[in-house]
Amino acid sequence: MTYQTAAADGGFLSRSRTIAKPGYSRWMVPPAALCIHLCIGQAYALSVFNLPMTKLIGITKSAPEDWKLTEIGWIFSIAIFVLGASAAIFGRWVEEGGPRRTMFTAGLCWALGFFISAAGVHVHNLWLVYLGYGVFGGIGLGLGYISPVSTLIKWFPDRPGMATGMAIMGFGGGAFIASPLSVFLMKQFSTPTHVGVEEAFIGLGVVYLIFMWVGAAIVRVPPAGWLPEGYTPPVTAQKLITKNDVYVYDAIKTPQFWLIWAVLCLNVTAGIGVLGQASAMSQEMFPGRVTAVAAAGFVGLLSLFNMAGRFFWASISDFIGRKYTYFCFFALGTVLYALVPWTGRIGSITGFVLCFVVIISMYGGGFATVPAYLRDMFGTRYVGAIHGWLITAWSAAGVFGPVLVNYIRQFQIDNGVPKAQAYNTTMYIMAALLVIGFLCNFAIKAVHERFHMTRDVEEAQAAVGVAGDPAGA
Amino acid sequence: MANSNPNGTTGLQLALAWGFVGIPLLWGVIQTIGNAMALFR
Repeated sequence: MTYQTAAADGGFLSRSRTIAKPGYSRWMVPPAALCIHLCIGQAYALSVFNLPMTKLIGITKSAPEDWKLTEIGWIFSIAIFVLGASAAIFGRWVEEGGPRRTMFTAGLCWALGFFISAAGVHVHNLWLVYLGYGVFGGIGLGLGYISPVSTLIKWFPDRPGMATGMAIMGFGGGAFIASPLSVFLMKQFSTPTHVGVEEAFIGLGVVYLIFMWVGAAIVRVPPAGWLPEGYTPPVTAQKLITKNDVYVYDAIKTPQFWLIWAVLCLNVTAGIGVLGQASAMSQEMFPGRVTAVAAAGFVGLLSLFNMAGRFFWASISDFIGRKYTYFCFFALGTVLYALVPWTGRIGSITGFVLCFVVIISMYGGGFATVPAYLRDMFGTRYVGAIHGWLITAWSAAGVFGPVLVNYIRQFQIDNGVPKAQAYNTTMYIMAALLVIGFLCNFAIKAVHERFHMTRDVEEAQAAVGVAGDPAGA
Repeated sequence: MANSNPNGTTGLQLALAWGFVGIPLLWGVIQTIGNAMALFR
């Protein structure tokens, strides 16, 4: 063993210890990835704690010393901001350290976030919750989100879209588990003098730590040069699928990276605003016909299509290509957004629901298809790190989307537009955003060869066990 | 990857791994569908 290989062999968590032995089935990797994404997907269900956290002192109703809903809202905002920042900052570390070390760290940060937050609830200090869920949880989110992506792409070179779609589907599905589980835990630990948030946080932290560490234990990376049985990489070069790798910090200098950034940001902006306002929108567009309970059902339905769309569209992209998949999102999305006001005018709830379930499936599909798009453009070597940088588009969209929907609606109402029609302008603006997205996607061409890593650099990195090439293999 | 190696992944391991993530996910999906049905009542 050389000095370099000894250095690379950093114990159970090291990349070299995760190299698959002969006979390992690649179908073990998607459940490992799902262990992570199903846990961090809890972020979508954080709102179930909002009201209970406003009654920690008052118990049945908010006391003057209780936290305000607006203050609690910052927990999620900080977590999403830190998610984007940590994915960008630690992306290269994720890629070079391997999936097990990253998943292990993500699990630790995510669970620690819940434990610190539980302490914050216990001593009634909101800053501790910001630090716990917002900062530590946010780092767990960022690391966890990107950790299995490049591993899946390497195991499934024949179906990279489907493979990453499966993992990212888990992020959409995480809320389905977290929401009823959180309510159950709070119910178990609540008493007439206590709301049970603290114990629910501890319970979730323990469950998520176990789940994520199981994922870290079973994940493996393929040996160098491994290919699935019966799969032969295409001999003829395809225009938009590179055979070269681009270094992460070179990738972010390319116009292609920023065009894909804009494509993701615009696709997410269009969906995220609707997701946040779905309940109110359905009730206001169909007053007296959609009750609060039915609106909650509509939100649940959107979540299901958000999750299913991640797997469906990412899998489709393996057959029609990433660029055409995004063309579908933008063209179909533009038509559907433009149709929404019409469904309101004719009073068609079915039409309204159909439009939005397809729109939301494409919102989820946009998240799930983008890692494979990055692989096509920049190669597999640094795809996880580049994906980390791209996640900042999500953070930006998280600000633009809700602001666009909320402020435009309010502006309309302030100018005397009836509530039932207050969303019409927003829908047309969303459609316009998707047209811009279509143009950005249209402008994406193959990355110029001056950005490609040279063979010398790749071999030097492989010698020190960097990014996918096991030093001791 | 073919599993002719005695140290390779067994069908039981695969079933356990998929069950570990699949069962909670299915439970969550069923809960959500139950809630979503309110829209059509």
